[in-house]
Amino acid sequence: MEHIKELLYKMADDLLVIGHRNSEWTGLGPILEEDIAFSSMAQDKIGHSQALFQILHELGEPEPDTNAFMREAKQFHNAQFLELQNDDYDFSTIRHFLFDHADQLRFDNLANSSYEPLAKVARKIKGELKYHVFHADIWLNKLGNGNEESHARMQTALNNAWNYALGMFEKGDYEAQLIADNTFEGEQSLQNRWLAVITPIIEKANLKIPAEKDWEPVLGGRKGYHTENLDQLVNEMSEVFRIEPGAEW
Amino acid sequence: MITEKEIWSALEIVKDPEIPTLSMVDMGIITKVEVRGESNVYVEMTPTFTGCPAIKMMENMVADRLKEIGIETIQVTTTFDKPWNSNKLTERGLMCLKKHGLAPPPKHEGEITMELLEHSICPHCGSKNTDMKTPFGPTLCRSMHYCNDCLQAFEQFKPVV
Repeated sequence: MEHIKELLYKMADDLLVIGHRNSEWTGLGPILEEDIAFSSMAQDKIGHSQALFQILHELGEPEPDTNAFMREAKQFHNAQFLELQNDDYDFSTIRHFLFDHADQLRFDNLANSSYEPLAKVARKIKGELKYHVFHADIWLNKLGNGNEESHARMQTALNNAWNYALGMFEKGDYEAQLIADNTFEGEQSLQNRWLAVITPIIEKANLKIPAEKDWEPVLGGRKGYHTENLDQLVNEMSEVFRIEPGAEW
Repeated sequence: MITEKEIWSALEIVKDPEIPTLSMVDMGIITKVEVRGESNVYVEMTPTFTGCPAIKMMENMVADRLKEIGIETIQVTTTFDKPWNSNKLTERGLMCLKKHGLAPPPKHEGEITMELLEHSICPHCGSKNTDMKTPFGPTLCRSMHYCNDCLQAFEQFKPVV
């Protein structure tokens, strides 16, 4: 089951980390509706990660809260893309758009996984993600086609995010096995489908994907190599839990 | 021995903690009731949204209700075996939402589109001349809308596949 654990860990960590970053917009959103949107998505993402940690627990890993809050940054398997600071609303929106389309396509595929416990959860989650993707598409289009400043800021954010986003598709050690037993389509196939879906939406928003010759995926996150942003995030996220790990809340 | 039918009807008065006009049975989140012996009942539930923070509380409410009618051995669990989708709301459930001032989710055909989300029917005046303001609201299961005819904001219980 090591191959399935690897897949579950990287997904659960992606969701936990972006969930925490989304929650950092609570109270700070540029308008009230966006404050609520990012807070709601935070709740969804953390709920999705909890469902995956629960499957891991059933496979013999620690129980969900302990797993989420008692590991050090170097034990996390999220892509580095998700741990980066929110920065401004432009970068947060671009990351939300690039990640959520990948997330939606990943869960769409896993809804047909041969590993039934994951397929069951994926069939539920993929419906919920529709709203995340709608939200991302609306704002990408609004800001990409807004005024000169909003357009320029979105393009800069897209350029800065791009190579990190490609790092989401970093392959793990068990890639071949996951594909062979029909657990998961594999990162390459997912990336191809992701590009096909996001390209026309980006074009419609009047933005440009960086030239292919400049693509250099930022790898390492899946193997525990992270930026210092993750230390900061993990410390903050787990601060309360670690005061009294066994406490009933 | 108590029958499954009697359990279902006993559970009809257990309400959604966030929408007090709506019962959990009408919401469609109780997916299985099994009488496993004398005074021994097993109930399965499924959340409307995976990240719903109320599900533990709802499990407890179901267990409390079963205790109230004298069941001694009670097991309530949450699973994704039969995942919830908004078409599982009963007709009475849809009416209850409306009574609470929430637009009921439109029936879907297995796919949620932007078209389905826009022009929801205003629960106050019945107009279709409405706009969706944001797909997110005060709880995960609601979106926010505005009626261009009666000039009031309203919330809709989201359609979900």
